[in-house]
Amino acid sequence: MINIQSLTFSYRKNKPLFENLQLRLEAGHIYGLLGKNGAGKSTLLKQIAGLLFPDSGICEVLGYPSAKRQPAFLREIFLVPEEFYLPKVSVKRYVNIYAPFYPNFDEAAFYNYLKEFEIPRDQQLTEMSYGQKKKVLISFALATNTKALIMDEPTNGLDIPSKSQFRKVIAAAVSNDKCIVISTHQVRDLDNLIDSIVIIDGHKIIFREDVQTVTDKLSFKTVSRIEETTGILFADSNVRGHTIITRNAGHEQSKIDMELLFNAVLTNHKPIQEIFN
Amino acid sequence: MEFKDTQAIYVQIADYICEQILLTKWQPEERIPSVRELAVSLEVNPNTVMRTCELLQQQEIIQNKRGIGYFISGDAVKKIKQFKKEAFIKNELPSFFRSMYLLDLDLDELKPHFEKFKKSNFN
Repeated sequence: MINIQSLTFSYRKNKPLFENLQLRLEAGHIYGLLGKNGAGKSTLLKQIAGLLFPDSGICEVLGYPSAKRQPAFLREIFLVPEEFYLPKVSVKRYVNIYAPFYPNFDEAAFYNYLKEFEIPRDQQLTEMSYGQKKKVLISFALATNTKALIMDEPTNGLDIPSKSQFRKVIAAAVSNDKCIVISTHQVRDLDNLIDSIVIIDGHKIIFREDVQTVTDKLSFKTVSRIEETTGILFADSNVRGHTIITRNAGHEQSKIDMELLFNAVLTNHKPIQEIFN
Repeated sequence: MEFKDTQAIYVQIADYICEQILLTKWQPEERIPSVRELAVSLEVNPNTVMRTCELLQQQEIIQNKRGIGYFISGDAVKKIKQFKKEAFIKNELPSFFRSMYLLDLDLDELKPHFEKFKKSNFN
């Protein structure tokens, strides 16, 4: 679905953000794109969406080079950016203007999503709060039914009840022919939705595994005494005890702790990568 | 549904479905909610629910009728109890027995406690 090969890109000369970056994403999954501030998450999403062009290398979606922005590509991709602009029109007018660009747009679904998010249908978009606007955009994005759906920090600015609503609408939107990519810092908002983890750091993708493989190979647990445990790959200590990652020796699967995994991959990359190779 | 941090989500969802069956909220031979419906109500990835269904199907607690969905087996309750019993004996009994041994407790001594417990909780 999304195919990136040897992607090199820099905003400024001699300061490359991506160097020889490789990434393949398939349909039927929800990918969580994780990375530190400034690692290039948003830039990568913009490359996929055709809003930034590679200096060299390939970035294509459904076989279409993103940078060419062909209509057949544009109708199958939707990006929910972190910062966005909505025109001063009503929700209905917005749909009338923008929905025709998406042949698979489902108007009934759109209004269902708005209802789920408790957004009034007859309001001007510019009179809405940031969170409300974001919900309109997310609803629209889901209703377009594009094969690739890309969201940059979608839960930012959403209040507590709407995070649960967000999870419900995303769970309903997954299908075998869709590829959903979500970049996030709020992993805990989404950790039961994301089924594959992509970590970007130091100009490259340094980790890309599905959750099932991760829990097959690694074990996540909390122990009270760290001295008694051997083979610790990473540990994070707090008042409740130590949350640790070890190699999964048995067949039992623990619940993945994505924050812990992220920190582990960033600080102790080599031994973890060896387990997955 | 609140998920715990200790067990894989797909296993916790399997426990949830088994509980619905043991509590007779869902009856044998009935269709369970679809993968999508379960994923939405539990706010999890449908692939996770799919994995739960594969597990329960393997344990013959539910059956897949092509194109219609998953149905609860006629002897699901028996099957669940069998699996739960095995898990109880394997996971919980050792620490229980350890305490009994350390405290010099005899199985016969516990009997009246168990009868009393059953009376006050399940009558």
